[in-house]
Amino acid sequence: MSSTGTTGNYDADALGWFGGPGAFGGRFMPEALIAALDELDVAWQQAMADPAFTGEFERLLHEYAGVPSMVYDATRLSEHAGARILLKREDLNHTGAHKIRNVLGQALLTKRMGKKRVIAETGAGQHGVASATAAAYLGLDCTVYMGEVDTERQALNVARMQLLGAEVIPVKSGSRTLKDAINEALRDWVASVDETAYLFGTAAGPHPFPSLVLSFVRGIGDEARQQCLDQYGALPDAVAACVGGGSNAIGLFAGFVDDPDVAIYGFEAGGDGVETGRHAATIFAGSIGVLHGARTFVLQDEDGQTVESHSISAGLDYPGVGPQHSALSAAGRATYLPVTDTEAMDAMALLARTEGIIPAIESAHAVAGALRVAKERPGQTILVNLSGRGDKDMGTAMEWFHLGEAGEQQ
Amino acid sequence: MSATSNTGIAFEKARAEGRATLVGYLPAGFPDVEGSIAALKVMVESGCDVIEIGLPYSDPVMDGPSIQAAAQQALDAGVRTTDVLRVVEAVAATGTPTLVMTYWNPVEKYGVERFAQDLANAGGAGLITPDLTPDFAPEWIAAADARDLDKVFLVAPSSTDERIAMTTAACRGFVYATGIMGVTGTKQTTAEGVAPLIARTRAMSPTGGTALPVGVGVGVSTGVQAADLAAYADGVIVGTAFVRTLLDHPGDRSAGLAALAALTEELAGGVRA
Repeated sequence: MSSTGTTGNYDADALGWFGGPGAFGGRFMPEALIAALDELDVAWQQAMADPAFTGEFERLLHEYAGVPSMVYDATRLSEHAGARILLKREDLNHTGAHKIRNVLGQALLTKRMGKKRVIAETGAGQHGVASATAAAYLGLDCTVYMGEVDTERQALNVARMQLLGAEVIPVKSGSRTLKDAINEALRDWVASVDETAYLFGTAAGPHPFPSLVLSFVRGIGDEARQQCLDQYGALPDAVAACVGGGSNAIGLFAGFVDDPDVAIYGFEAGGDGVETGRHAATIFAGSIGVLHGARTFVLQDEDGQTVESHSISAGLDYPGVGPQHSALSAAGRATYLPVTDTEAMDAMALLARTEGIIPAIESAHAVAGALRVAKERPGQTILVNLSGRGDKDMGTAMEWFHLGEAGEQQ
Repeated sequence: MSATSNTGIAFEKARAEGRATLVGYLPAGFPDVEGSIAALKVMVESGCDVIEIGLPYSDPVMDGPSIQAAAQQALDAGVRTTDVLRVVEAVAATGTPTLVMTYWNPVEKYGVERFAQDLANAGGAGLITPDLTPDFAPEWIAAADARDLDKVFLVAPSSTDERIAMTTAACRGFVYATGIMGVTGTKQTTAEGVAPLIARTRAMSPTGGTALPVGVGVGVSTGVQAADLAAYADGVIVGTAFVRTLLDHPGDRSAGLAALAALTEELAGGVRA
């Protein structure tokens, strides 16, 4: 992985457009931030061409974060599914999710650029914890913006960030979730850009973030592709990942987009069901607009006002999506479908009881989606990105399944 | 551009009087649609030379807490893009050049051509676009040029000379210089702080004909500041201070309007000092 995030025919052009000029992506940002985005773009491209940087990144991933994560043949789940399910175990990475890859890359880049402070937004808190971790490890100051609603449902992650030395600022504007945390981080950045780097948490936002984030997470797919070949002698028939902003998904998909025989599925948060309007199925049910600096699918009303998203999973509760996913959808290369809260929670329990693995609720959406794909592809092999572990979600699980009182659980 | 910009004419008139232009901002639909029309008319009567009407948006990344709160209040009350155009029509009818300040997505969703046409029909002068830069604005530039609408893009202290040249070449009406690195209503712009940006903007503006006026906004709230800035800039742009004045008088509309008139007069005195 020494390139700057190439995905063959699905790369961004020099202005950050995916799928052709004006289609998806670009850079819809205040002029005050353009110089910083240009500076970041140049520094990132130089870093990715410098073996000293990429070597240090690889070393940190391996020695500190436990990468490459394993690909694991989930035989008991497969029996249940009627197809062979392989799991890419990103939940076993340090901090418990794929997010550590992105933040280590961006934090190393921050050091290289001579900046001393990082800011980040977080939804579920996974990116915030990963950012606080990387900042602690590399000696950077860290401020994390988190929607007030999310600080309540992910209190454990707030405590983690604080223990790691980060300042967590609850965001009280708008819907008080991830989108508002991004707004607030951007407002901080406009005022602090000289000394501060914005560690963007997903493969969305203005150019170069979608391509930059991809370059740091594409190891997921590159590793998994090679692991499938080495361990099983063949590529999977399909790959599946959950999609909020879409960084774990694009990281997985990048390894397979140029393999035309591998089907690609992204599973969005269907919340209470797309028909109820309470969901976060941005590509499936949204329309094309501009949000957080990129043209992409957005949940919006007739006037272009962002509509609040809903999901039991804070990490998928976002009304936008990375522009490369929009382009992959428009090109017909990947299929994006919703998975409801109920389906995801059922999959969480099923994976726990068949494999002894408690997934993050985000990742449970991918498992649930794969179970549906398995019905259409009996006997085939489906690789699922198990992007995070479920420890942080035990509060939600206890409430959902009525757990915690001995003798009374279902 | 063929016809002369009415906004440009307002700047020329002020320049001929040896003073700076006062540009006043308020979101449409705040405190409600009729209330915003009344407030903007007070600002016109009390000395604003150019009016900037904010289109309330759910994700205003360049705005601080006051304008966010005002926009949210408008949205919560159900204000629509068509209501914004109605406010534009009412204010433009006073003869004062009236621009819309809007984040890009609502225009894109409305349809760029349709928005430009309806804005022109309402008598609107053009758009100020805080999250749309000329290099990503070909559709808007074409739609505006076809109707002689103003295109006000922003320059910032962090802008390179090359970007200032590119931006000023694309502007019509004036160029909006952000006085500070930050969002609206959070820090104070100082004349010394913004002077280098103004000087660079003038130096990089296309020459020939009337030079493009430079308006300074973000972080300007008092008559004293307006007076200081008027020595450097062609225009002084005030937003948050007007919004705060109305937020400070939630229950008493006539007191709010009186305070708004007093603030406008203070600022109008400032640009003439």
